[in-house]
Amino acid sequence: MHGRIRTWGPGALVLLPTVLLLGYFVYGLIAWTFNTSLTARHTARKGPVDYVGFENYANLFGEERFVNSLKNLGVLTVAFIVGTLIFGLLWALLLEKGVPGESIFRSVFLFPMAVSMIASGVVWSWLLNPSQGEDARGLNRLFSILHLNFLENPWWTAGSRWTTMMSIALPAVWQLSGYIMALFLAGFRGIPAELREAARVDGASEFKLYRYVLFPQLSPIALSALIILGHMSLKLFDLIYAITGPNQFRTEVPAVYMWNTLLRSDQAKAAGIAIVLLAVVAVLVIPYVAYTVRQEADE
Amino acid sequence: MRGGLSKTFAVLSAAGLLAVSACGNSGDGGGSGDTATKNVTVFTWWADGGEKAGLDGLVSVFKTDCKDYNFVNSAVAGGAGANAKQVLANDLQAGKPPSTFQAHAGAELKDYINAGQVDDVSSLYKDFGLDTAFPKNLIDQLTVDGKIYSIPANVHRANVVWANPKVLEKASIDGTKAPATVDAWIADLTKLKNAGVKAPLAVSKGFAQEMLVEAVLLGELGTDAFNGLWDGKTDWAGANVTAALNKYKTLLSFTNVDRESIDWPDALQYVNKGQAGYTLMGDWVAAQQLADGVKEADYTYWPSPGTAGTFQFLADSFTLPTNGQNPEGTKCWLKTVGSAEGQKAFNTKKGSIPARSDAVAADYPKYQQAAMADWKKDKIAGSCAHGSACSAGQNNDILSALSQFSGAQDVAKLQTALGTALKTS
Repeated sequence: MHGRIRTWGPGALVLLPTVLLLGYFVYGLIAWTFNTSLTARHTARKGPVDYVGFENYANLFGEERFVNSLKNLGVLTVAFIVGTLIFGLLWALLLEKGVPGESIFRSVFLFPMAVSMIASGVVWSWLLNPSQGEDARGLNRLFSILHLNFLENPWWTAGSRWTTMMSIALPAVWQLSGYIMALFLAGFRGIPAELREAARVDGASEFKLYRYVLFPQLSPIALSALIILGHMSLKLFDLIYAITGPNQFRTEVPAVYMWNTLLRSDQAKAAGIAIVLLAVVAVLVIPYVAYTVRQEADE
Repeated sequence: MRGGLSKTFAVLSAAGLLAVSACGNSGDGGGSGDTATKNVTVFTWWADGGEKAGLDGLVSVFKTDCKDYNFVNSAVAGGAGANAKQVLANDLQAGKPPSTFQAHAGAELKDYINAGQVDDVSSLYKDFGLDTAFPKNLIDQLTVDGKIYSIPANVHRANVVWANPKVLEKASIDGTKAPATVDAWIADLTKLKNAGVKAPLAVSKGFAQEMLVEAVLLGELGTDAFNGLWDGKTDWAGANVTAALNKYKTLLSFTNVDRESIDWPDALQYVNKGQAGYTLMGDWVAAQQLADGVKEADYTYWPSPGTAGTFQFLADSFTLPTNGQNPEGTKCWLKTVGSAEGQKAFNTKKGSIPARSDAVAADYPKYQQAAMADWKKDKIAGSCAHGSACSAGQNNDILSALSQFSGAQDVAKLQTALGTALKTS
């Protein structure tokens, strides 16, 4: 008995602080939030409170503002992921071909990621000024100087949900494409040169080489990129807050709505939004985690 | 064996450190002793500019009148208190309120009242003689369910239109005279547009649009019916509201396309630079023009069309938090805030006017003198955009509805949304 404790005891003790801290600050507080979302705690008043079951959730999904924010989020996520993957892959392909000054380009593409979203959001709010023609400013001004006036547009301030949220996704794509490029570039570099040579010897065209030999090997990286981008997009708050302000119906996503709701002390509703957001992220992350765990077990 | 033991000790000592630091934190709040009981912690978002100068003025009066107490500045910077409100909410939630905190006077306090975080100060009004020093209709606006929860330090006017007379000359419009009604204003805006001013009415995002809606409603419905919108006596679904909202829609067609992406100082610059003829904004614009060195001859101002004789007010005020530190010291601070000297020291620097009706106009600059004269004789209306007429939650819903309207322009939908917003708490 004594001997056994000596085997697993130290390990358990080392893990204990992590387990306690994570257990309290992550899982404990998730449970607390969920509990709050089932109550009628609509003010900051302390003390006993009635439980109302899933009423807060029913109200949320019956509310135009919340449903609108979910739809905005869906469109934003699609636009952000597709845009970032396209640009990330394109840049990785270009650099992978070996250009002079590769390290300079790599840094240039990666740098935007180092800027905090709230800071880039402020700058992008100026760049995405909707004025056109003589008064044009920001990107519209740039277009008019370059005689590309047909590109001038009202950005997020007018038009459909797709044009609105694609304008919001633009800065996010700009910031994260470099990161995705780095992921893919590492993936390309990790593929042994023999494989390419073998394919060329077999007479594969350049297109076929990429399509059948290189890209299939990148699929684990593409999956990781998808998950990273997906959960970032679902939690996006700072960029939208900085570009459009706190109460903008057109661009509101659940994270911003949650902040608004908490600021007015409606704790139960804010907790409800938080749990819905967590569920949406979980739908994306849990299958991925399960997949990786199974793969590692196979190895 | 040795390795295992030393690991164990390392973990234990780490855990011990955590426990000690936790104790350190909880001990913080109890910081007792003579200095602590004399401290009056004043929470504001007045961290720079004229606001900071006003607060300093108030503090100098406090130091003479309340020699027994120490002023502790607990200001959190950030426009219109967006950051400060977060910090304050945390402190209140943690049961560690400051001695007093800044809040808009009126219905915006409802959140704090509902949460049991502020005390009734009605009795202080009698003790300090404020029930006679403040105008009767101001006290009516401050009263929530028969009680008053804060003491206003100043008053600002919201329903003011600022115009550039040089731009108005292009369409031979007299910039010194306010159009009598919203319709007359629309006629002038049309003339300006025909004279080549593309966006004659400069508007910015968020609360500026809310102020414009309020000004149109106030002008069209009249003061009593307008105030009724906020206390439930006027029906939001009424035909007069529909008509007013349609006029708001027409006004929006004269505004700049980038209205969702600029702030009120930018809109004011459009007017100053001659790109626009008018902008509607509260009277803190006067202080801004002074700070920017804009000459008085270069701009004119008047109550928004149809609202002459009505003073749409907003007021910064101080509260008495429930279970706050040092309530006696706080009461002395509140006395200073309400006193004639305190209000003079504060308002001459901040560019607002005193809430008291016994202030001497000669002590103030030109704009404030005119505003003080109006404050004494005008009817008083509240403002949801600035917290005197509605709660923070209602305001949030209205802002969201207006940003939706700015794009979709659906009057019926806006009217329903506004009515629904007022039904929430």
